[in-house]
Amino acid sequence: MRIGVTVFPGSNCDRDALYAVERAGATPVELWHADADLKGVDAVVVPGGFSYGDYLRPGAIARFAKVMGPLEDFARSGGPVLGVCNGFQVLLEAHLLPGALLRNASMRFVSRRVRARVEANDTPWTSLYERGEELTLPVAHNEGSYFADERTLRGLEEEGRVVLRYVENPNGSVNDIAGICDEGRSVVGLMPHPERVSDPALGSEAGLKVFESVLRFAGAKV
Amino acid sequence: MNLQETYTSLGLSDLEYDRILELLGRAPNYLELSLFSVMWSEHCGYKNSRPLLGRFPKEGARVLQGPGENAGVIEVGEGWALAFKMESHNHPSAVEPYEGAATGVGGIIRDVLAMGARPVALLNSLRFGPLESERNRYLFREVVRGIGGYGNAVGVPTVGGEVEFAPAYSGNPLVNAMCVGLIRSDDVVRARAEVGEGNLVVLFGSKTGRDGIHGATFASDELNEGSEEKRPNVQVGDPFAGKMLIECSLKLLERGLLVALQDLGAAGIASSASEMAAKGGVGIEIDAGLVPLREAGMEPWEVVISESQERMLAVVEPEKADEVLKIAERYELVAAIVGRVADHGELRVLHEGEQIGSVPAEHLADAPVYERDLVEPAYFEEARKLDLSEIPRPEDYETALLTMLAHPNLCSRRSVYEQYDSEVGADTVVRPGADAAVMRIKGTKIGFAVATDCRGRHCYLDPRGGGAAAVAEAYRNLSCVGAEPVALTDCLNFGSPEKPDAYYQLAECVEGMAQACEVFGTPVVSGNVSLYNETELGAIFPTPTVGMVGVLEDAGRHAKPGLQREGDALVLVGDFRPSLAGSEYLEIVHGRISGAPRKPDLQVEKAVSDAVREAIAAGIVETAHDLSGGGLAVALAEMAISGGIGAEARLLPGGRQDVALFGEAGGCILVAVPEGRLGELEEALGGVRHSAIGRTGGDRLVVAGLLDVGLDELRTAHERDLFERHAPEGGHFG
Repeated sequence: MRIGVTVFPGSNCDRDALYAVERAGATPVELWHADADLKGVDAVVVPGGFSYGDYLRPGAIARFAKVMGPLEDFARSGGPVLGVCNGFQVLLEAHLLPGALLRNASMRFVSRRVRARVEANDTPWTSLYERGEELTLPVAHNEGSYFADERTLRGLEEEGRVVLRYVENPNGSVNDIAGICDEGRSVVGLMPHPERVSDPALGSEAGLKVFESVLRFAGAKV
Repeated sequence: MNLQETYTSLGLSDLEYDRILELLGRAPNYLELSLFSVMWSEHCGYKNSRPLLGRFPKEGARVLQGPGENAGVIEVGEGWALAFKMESHNHPSAVEPYEGAATGVGGIIRDVLAMGARPVALLNSLRFGPLESERNRYLFREVVRGIGGYGNAVGVPTVGGEVEFAPAYSGNPLVNAMCVGLIRSDDVVRARAEVGEGNLVVLFGSKTGRDGIHGATFASDELNEGSEEKRPNVQVGDPFAGKMLIECSLKLLERGLLVALQDLGAAGIASSASEMAAKGGVGIEIDAGLVPLREAGMEPWEVVISESQERMLAVVEPEKADEVLKIAERYELVAAIVGRVADHGELRVLHEGEQIGSVPAEHLADAPVYERDLVEPAYFEEARKLDLSEIPRPEDYETALLTMLAHPNLCSRRSVYEQYDSEVGADTVVRPGADAAVMRIKGTKIGFAVATDCRGRHCYLDPRGGGAAAVAEAYRNLSCVGAEPVALTDCLNFGSPEKPDAYYQLAECVEGMAQACEVFGTPVVSGNVSLYNETELGAIFPTPTVGMVGVLEDAGRHAKPGLQREGDALVLVGDFRPSLAGSEYLEIVHGRISGAPRKPDLQVEKAVSDAVREAIAAGIVETAHDLSGGGLAVALAEMAISGGIGAEARLLPGGRQDVALFGEAGGCILVAVPEGRLGELEEALGGVRHSAIGRTGGDRLVVAGLLDVGLDELRTAHERDLFERHAPEGGHFG
């Protein structure tokens, strides 16, 4: 099984995501922003960082990168795509997920461990977690306050598309939303960083099951 | 402007101008004068500090590269090495705090990158005036945002550092940034233009603009009211370009396309090219007309000394140049061949083929050296007086403790470090909030630890003792997480060396540091000097910041300050002889900065730290924290708050109780171990003095007869938001 990790200019969690993918037992594949080619991967991670320096607006320029064409086709046809932090912002800008991420309520960058609860385990990226399971995950962002209009929010809640919810909300997100999925449930955006807690050498493997989940999902499909 | 006014405005003295005349055998033109101005500034030329720096030990079994290069390098095992350096960005931060701090981070990253290492950890050591002043709050807030703004975006974790507040830093904050890079031992690149006439000089990164013209000269002058007008001298950082520069440089090195690599910092192309030429014993010709420019109408001299950020200079064999340019383009960087290596030994600047300036590189790299007389400062006599009978005991020890825990110098640093991404890179084992950060090296069991330390007040009252204590504290902090200290970098922040007090402080601090380095076996492998830290109000406290790096054979075998279990025995390791001289308690509770701090006993310091480190490596100790500002009571409170578990302790008999609780003592470490392992600990400590002083448990901190405070109350005092008095402002993203 091959999992791709996109690399935009300014991505900085790409190597961490490739490392976590490998630890989960998949083959990591680097997907360069300027190549309109997903290299036949089974799933794609859009990693965190400051693509294009976050200039203009986080994710706003990355969504026009060449790699995004095939990535959007892949996502719309049900391929598993995970956006983490800046990757989440990219998926929002590309309209693969609804809503927006605003400046943190504190108006400061926030880097800390927070507790969050898995609300949906019927996505390719969370299937190995229990529903209601509490995880301690790192966040590190400046624009992580999730926002959507009321109708969208109601839809997300009613359709069970809130995937991860903060127990300790670090940024003022509405409904404590830390992660959501699309209508097809295969495209997931998370603000916390599972790839940073995927190695016992760093004291926690709370995030590794994100990558193991998609491995199982792809395996089952084959 | 007449001639004298011209060179004076560039920071050159009459004596120095005469020497330039003598060296060149003719009068320099403005470009050549500018080259001397920046290369002979203290920042580049170390003209006041060089004779003193020779005192530092530089050799060690693990040292691969000592001072003189872009960064020092030490070997850590399994073929891996660490490159590291600390540098100041004080003056730019005083006038333009966000960009000053941001470019300080960017600059130190490029120093480490120039050694061929991937930057993997950042630290910063900060000093500001008291937060009661709005200007100081503004500087503090913007410096922290600038550090985060650059470090977070460039993708290198900020894993540690320190911040202190004292009136001596009002108007002249200190912003010292440190970077550690990881590299294969075999791949260490030195900035040496290999002799080989005809090799090409390639400039890559951002375009060159007018920012930071004469920044190095500015950094080597005192700050005054006119300094505000020098805001245009401050460079502007672009962390996005910085990130691309890291990836591009590492790719070029990995492909073996570079002969030499040098970052562009103070004095830009002029400085980098002349350093390369002087070290390589060759000449370099730069054509200013070939440099890609950001703005029109720049004079050639502006082009070669511009301090535009995010640029590197490389020497490349002609047949590889095309590939170098192509790879730079892949990383969206501008690259151009701007010159060539020649055998004439001169730095020559051309413009559209015509020579407009020429100076032998060795003269530029050979700044004049000033040796000055040592005169003991007159302030010592008054400042060192301390009569304990004049210091009343506090009526209420609990209030005193809570006041101290809430003081900006002792409260939690969480509100600062939570603005820094400390985990990007997925290598951070021990995150900020401990005595030192611990990082792992992927694919090995090896870890490394790093900490920065300095107590300006101690150095003010006793420069030699304070210099030694700074090294000792770093040594102790690394030992407290279980790392074997290997080597250090420093940033020597002082007032004007032209004034006897500051020069004495500099010389004595260096002597104290050197003595400690000798005893500890930790050489100085890189460093930076920042003099002229003065305002109309006077000089800063002497602040020789130490950034020390250590190695853990097994990154998993480390200790942290937080108490981990109920029922552990608390053991105080070391020769506990607390003193109020120069202590936080004396300043915070009694409003005095005075006394003669006890001279550090370096042999005891080493024995205590080594014994604790060995107990951690043996797996006996997982909880350790050194006694520092605020003494025993504050150390206990920090361990309890951090671990969420209370403790009960008793004081050792004798002496005043406030001295025992809040007095400061070097060479002391508190450890907690399960009762059942006390025997093993005692055996591991061997002959090192220690005493069991209490037990962990409950949800209160109790010192029999003196203190009985709930953890919640301690936490509320300690976990204060250092930015609470002012709302953060928008502006820069990232």
